[in-house]
Amino acid sequence: MLEFENVSKVFHPNTQNERVALDNVSLSLKDGDFVTIVGGNGAGKTTIMNAISGIFLADSGRILLDGEDITFLPEYKRARHIGRLFQDPMKGTAPNMTIAENLYLAYRQATGPKIGRFSIGISKPIMNFFREQLAQLDLGLENRLKTKIGLLSGGQRQAVTLLMATICTPKLLMLDEHTAALDPATGEKVLRLTKEIIARDKITTLMITHDIPSSLAMGNRTIMLDGGKIAMDISGEERENMTVEKLYGMF
Amino acid sequence: MTMVAFTGAVELGLIFALLALGIFVAYRILGVPDLTVEGSFAAGASVGAMLVVAGHPFLGLVASAAVGAGAGLVTSVLQTKLKVQPILAGILTMTASYSVNLYIMGGRSNIPLLREETVFTAAGRVMNNERLLFSLFVTVLVGAALGLFFHTRLGLALRATGDNDEMVRASSINSAFTKTVGLCIANGIAGLSGGLIAQYQGFADINMGFGMVVVAMASLIIGEAVFGRRSVIWNIASVIVGAVIYRLILAFALSFRFNPANLRAISAIIVAAAISFPAIKRQWELFMLKRRAKRGAKSA
Repeated sequence: MLEFENVSKVFHPNTQNERVALDNVSLSLKDGDFVTIVGGNGAGKTTIMNAISGIFLADSGRILLDGEDITFLPEYKRARHIGRLFQDPMKGTAPNMTIAENLYLAYRQATGPKIGRFSIGISKPIMNFFREQLAQLDLGLENRLKTKIGLLSGGQRQAVTLLMATICTPKLLMLDEHTAALDPATGEKVLRLTKEIIARDKITTLMITHDIPSSLAMGNRTIMLDGGKIAMDISGEERENMTVEKLYGMF
Repeated sequence: MTMVAFTGAVELGLIFALLALGIFVAYRILGVPDLTVEGSFAAGASVGAMLVVAGHPFLGLVASAAVGAGAGLVTSVLQTKLKVQPILAGILTMTASYSVNLYIMGGRSNIPLLREETVFTAAGRVMNNERLLFSLFVTVLVGAALGLFFHTRLGLALRATGDNDEMVRASSINSAFTKTVGLCIANGIAGLSGGLIAQYQGFADINMGFGMVVVAMASLIIGEAVFGRRSVIWNIASVIVGAVIYRLILAFALSFRFNPANLRAISAIIVAAAISFPAIKRQWELFMLKRRAKRGAKSA
């Protein structure tokens, strides 16, 4: 599904602050893979995601998504096939727009950005669809479609963002510590929802986490980054035999 | 205030409401107090005036809006493609438009339209109170069209761009495109406002855009102060009423021999005060909190 071939990225080249963020990294994800990424600060975890989502262009290497070369595609074009969640729950939603309007934007962008650009309002069937989807979050948001997102709590906003990112199944879902800013109970709930949705729709997923236990408990493969390189890549039996203590020891 | 002064103020308010709507789109929806608007207002007036002189008043209004939208397009290219900071991009276009407007007006700084056929004289042949009714018609039409537009998908995407740029980029909306559309709409409406004002007052002047952003923002803020901020349609209506209230206050003040030279300063003060109000309120609350804490410490 995702081919990340020999990608390198150097920040501030030829200056004193030169930093190799990605050092010839190759990573290949199969359809339905759920990969957790761990690593210290500055190891290159977020840089990998930013390279895939197109926030910057790689210095060298190729990126393929579902067979399509996206190496030079602008960020907004890649976003049509890539769902993203960030640590900051404020980043994923437009606060002064209603829940329905936010969902509608995500929904229509994913279904076909060129169709019906000037159609006015949100139709009844789509509203009902949103209501069903929100009901599955089990946060009581299904009756608050006309509420401005800015009035929701961080956890609720992150849950809505998750719904927006997956309302039309993306080819790739990227989660960058998306529960780290939430309180433990809410974080747990959003994480459970994440797991359920990914399993239900079989979404190929990359998830950055600082929580070592959940990096092993979730997904089918775990990668550790260090100094812009993949220091460890485990799956299957090897991963089953990995313990939290052993993984901590590798930092 | 005389009845003539009253209706005159309402008419002017309705026409300037268009300018305030332009600023509303730029400032409240896109989040940029776009100074291009001053240039497109004057450009709308000068192009409109030239077409009135040529005998096409209605075509003149269309051209006023088009030239305004063109100015908006220039600013958006500077902003999104050439990465000039938003405020500076507006200043550059505004400054350049002065020369362009002079060129449009054939090198003259003023075009009188006193005995020309305008949209108002044309409307006057089919109705009474044509100045009031025609201004009302255009402004309500533009307001309604804007309200509908902001509920289309493109309109929603535009609102989201101003609301949360980061979210927009992550959700596959081309924010450079939505910003461009927004700036063209904002300046198109401002151009229309300028064209209508020129036909209303019977002249176009090279300097008529000067200070208009602050005047329009003051109208916007007055509207919000009276009606609050709710849904988009509500906000649009409040901008229009706010612009009329602004003109009524002005007419009222003028009837007491208020010196119109003070107008700009007062508009600027209204805008500065309204924007800084939350910060001043916080400072005051902090001050009171500290004072109470000090007293509590003494009495304990």
